[in-house]
Amino acid sequence: MHEVGIASSILEAAHSETARRPGAKLIGIGVRIGVLSGVDIDALRFAFECITAETEDEKVVLTTEKCPRVNRCEDCGHEFSSSHLSPFTDAPCPRCHCERTKFVSGDQLDIAFVEVEEP
Amino acid sequence: MTVVRVEQKVLNENQRIALDLRRRFEENDILCLNFISAPGSGKTTLLESTLAVFRPEEKVAVLTGDLQTENDARRIARYGFPVQQIVTGGVCHLDGKMILRALEPWPLENIDILFIENVGNLVCPSSYDLGEQAKIVLLSVTEGEDKPLKYPSIFHKAALLILTKVDLLPYVPFDIEAAKANARQVNPAIEILEVSCATGKGMDEWRAWLDERRGNRRPIAAAINTGVVADKQH
Repeated sequence: MHEVGIASSILEAAHSETARRPGAKLIGIGVRIGVLSGVDIDALRFAFECITAETEDEKVVLTTEKCPRVNRCEDCGHEFSSSHLSPFTDAPCPRCHCERTKFVSGDQLDIAFVEVEEP
Repeated sequence: MTVVRVEQKVLNENQRIALDLRRRFEENDILCLNFISAPGSGKTTLLESTLAVFRPEEKVAVLTGDLQTENDARRIARYGFPVQQIVTGGVCHLDGKMILRALEPWPLENIDILFIENVGNLVCPSSYDLGEQAKIVLLSVTEGEDKPLKYPSIFHKAALLILTKVDLLPYVPFDIEAAKANARQVNPAIEILEVSCATGKGMDEWRAWLDERRGNRRPIAAAINTGVVADKQH
C-alpha cells in the first residue's frame, strides 16, 4: 500500500549515492526485501515503473531480491530459512529438531547496490 | 558500468529522524507508544478510556493520525490532555518527520507519556519507526483470529497485543485462544491483554502495564524494529 513511498525513497537514496561520483549516471538499483518487511515486491516494481515513467530514470533497472525468514537454532546454532510466513517458531531446527529457534533476519528493506555509468 | 555497493536501509532518512526522536524521548523520560491496528479495531476508543482514568495533573499527550478529518482529535480533546491531529492527506501511515513537526510546539519536559495513534492500517505503519519505545497492535474480536498470520510484519514487531471488544465474544465466532496462538507463532515474546472499553474488563491490567513502564523503569521486550535496527545504523 505504501510502495510508492518506498519506491521514491529507493530512488532518492540511489541518486544521492550516484551524485557522489561526478558525472555518473544511474542505470540500476538492487534492493533486498524481506518477507517480513511489509513490502510487496510486485507492488513495489509497479510503483517504481510508475514514478520513473517518462522521466530521466525511465531506463533504470530495479533488481529485487526476496529474502526469506531466517531462524537460528538455540541449541546447535544451525541457521535455516523458511519461505512460508507461518508457522515461524513452530518450525523445528531441521538439523537437531530442537524447537527453540530464534529470529535472525527477514525484515530487510535494504538497498544493496547501485549501478552507474561513469564517464 | 560500475556496480557500487551501498548497503543501507531504504528508509535511512526516516530511521535517522526516528533515532533523534528516540534520543529526545529518552532524555525527557517519555514513554512513547505507537498504536497500530486495522481501521475500526478501537484505537481511539481505547485511548479515550485510558485518558478517562488519568488524573488531570498527569502529563499525557496524544498525537492521532488520519487520512482526513480532525474527528479523532476532537473526541480525545474532551479529556483535557494536549492532543494534535496529524492529517496525512492520503498517506497511509505516519512517518518520523510528521512526528517531529507535530512535537515542535510542545515542551517535551511537560510530557511523561506520549500516545501515538497511527493511521488505521495493519501494513504500512509497521515499516516506519517513529522513535517509539514500543509498538502496540490492536485486534478486535470482530476481526479474524488469523490476522497475525495474514499481517505478520506488525505482529512480529509489536511488544504488546491488545485484544479489544472482548465483551462481544459471546456473539461472534472469534476463537480467542487461536488468535493468541497465532500471534505467538509470529512473535513468541509478545505480551497479550484482553480489554473491553464497554465493560471496563482488562482496563486495570492495561493501566498497570503502562504504570510499570513509565519513566523507563522496565525495558519493553520484543521491540525488534526499534533497538536492533537502530544499533545497526551506527
